[in-house]
Amino acid sequence: MTQHTFKRYDDELNELKERVLAMGGLVERAIRRSMKALNEFDIERARKVVSRDKAINALEVEIDEMTRAMLALRQPAAGDLRFIISTIKIVTDLERSGDLAESIAEAVLQNQDNPLTHLDSMNSLSDAVCLQVSAALDAFARGDVEAALACVEGAKKIHKLFKAMQRENLSYMIEDPRKITVGMTAFSIGRSLVRIGDHAANVSEMVIYMVKGHDIRHVDHETAAALISGKLPDND
Amino acid sequence: MSAASPIQNAAPADKKVKPVKAAKVAKPGANKVCMSVRNLDFFYADKQVLFGNTLDIAANKVTAFIGPSGCGKSTHIRTYNRMFDLYKGHRAEGEILLDGINILDPNVPALELRHKIGMIFQKPTPFPMSIMDNIAYGLRLQSGLSRSEIEGRVEKALKDAALWEEVKDKLNQAGTSLSGGQQQRLCIARALAVEPEVILMDEPCSALDPIATAKIEELIDELKQRFTIVIVTHNMQQAARASDFTAFFYLGKLIEFGDTQQIFTAPGKQQTEDYITGRFG
Repeated sequence: MTQHTFKRYDDELNELKERVLAMGGLVERAIRRSMKALNEFDIERARKVVSRDKAINALEVEIDEMTRAMLALRQPAAGDLRFIISTIKIVTDLERSGDLAESIAEAVLQNQDNPLTHLDSMNSLSDAVCLQVSAALDAFARGDVEAALACVEGAKKIHKLFKAMQRENLSYMIEDPRKITVGMTAFSIGRSLVRIGDHAANVSEMVIYMVKGHDIRHVDHETAAALISGKLPDND
Repeated sequence: MSAASPIQNAAPADKKVKPVKAAKVAKPGANKVCMSVRNLDFFYADKQVLFGNTLDIAANKVTAFIGPSGCGKSTHIRTYNRMFDLYKGHRAEGEILLDGINILDPNVPALELRHKIGMIFQKPTPFPMSIMDNIAYGLRLQSGLSRSEIEGRVEKALKDAALWEEVKDKLNQAGTSLSGGQQQRLCIARALAVEPEVILMDEPCSALDPIATAKIEELIDELKQRFTIVIVTHNMQQAARASDFTAFFYLGKLIEFGDTQQIFTAPGKQQTEDYITGRFG
């Protein structure tokens, strides 16, 4: 895109994007590390995930401050306005994803004496979620509408994986009632992963708004695709 | 417009006027159209500065013209009341239809036209006379109004321009004794007094402070209930705040026209995007 007449404005927009991507990187790492701690019964790693959530929260506050200042001082319009509005929303989704990764790490700490087993289904789910988060952040970095739309659609696959995991988990609990406690913990972790996937889908929806100006929240995939391709006007 | 209006009595459009070709019309949604501009070209002698501008101006709405210096937005707005008639060699081609009559037709009397389409300029231009006479001046040119009728119209115009409360006790003082913002509202009152259909504003706030600007913008919002307003502004925020529709001009061409909210949040053209985000201009 062409440079602003006032170069510092461009620098501020670039800085904002970099901060969001840095925050996204921390969230991705938190999810992977919390799952690794769960798989390897690694208490120290789980503690680090919990303590490092502060850095994610600090970035949220810093980015919010930057966006407030830009709205007040630059009075952005059009693509710049959409970028800043999207950033405000994306940061909230990332912060919540960080909290959910922290909750997985806390679950590891709380179940030190009774670690979770049979993690294959959960690992499949977490792999899909990690891919979903990476895809959403890549789409944001590149302003890639097609990738963002695929990511929104990807949330369905994650919900299916969660349902499969729930079914498997339930059968373990029915077979052996002593596994109900760990089963409930597994269910809680699975739900956290699904919610992270949903937040990534939200990020992708905001990427589409940021690039195209179409609000595809609460519309089905076909309508969203038609809006993006210009075959359907907004508010139709 | 009254049935006896000289504008309506004017002969049909001059045959020499360039035939209007089918062009894509920038339309203000489903709103009632007040003026239709078709293939408007404008020339300063041999130099063409407007190129086939085609758009509809919505009735009782505010339409803002934006664009970088020299893009033709002021030239465009000045064709609406044939200001160019005053300068030799300046000419407009195409059609500007008001109530079905092409106002570019030389048979349409310019004075009558300027009663129907009033104009407010960048710098307040009060006449060197009293506040009362500033407004009564145009009314006295219209025949048949008694002194009491003129006084009543002056009061109404000052109230419409949100100036009455500030000047009612000093109507005989010079118009030039008022502050810049008050002078501009006096000029608006002067335009309103002759009951126009359309009010053109060419950067009406560029010489005013933020409070005086806010008062004019508030006034614009009230006046659109009764008048159609077209405003040229360099201030993008003003266009965003005060208008319902926005037209972006560049190098004499109408690049994009649309709902103001759409233009300022998701413009359809890259040039519009670059201009309103401060990437050029």
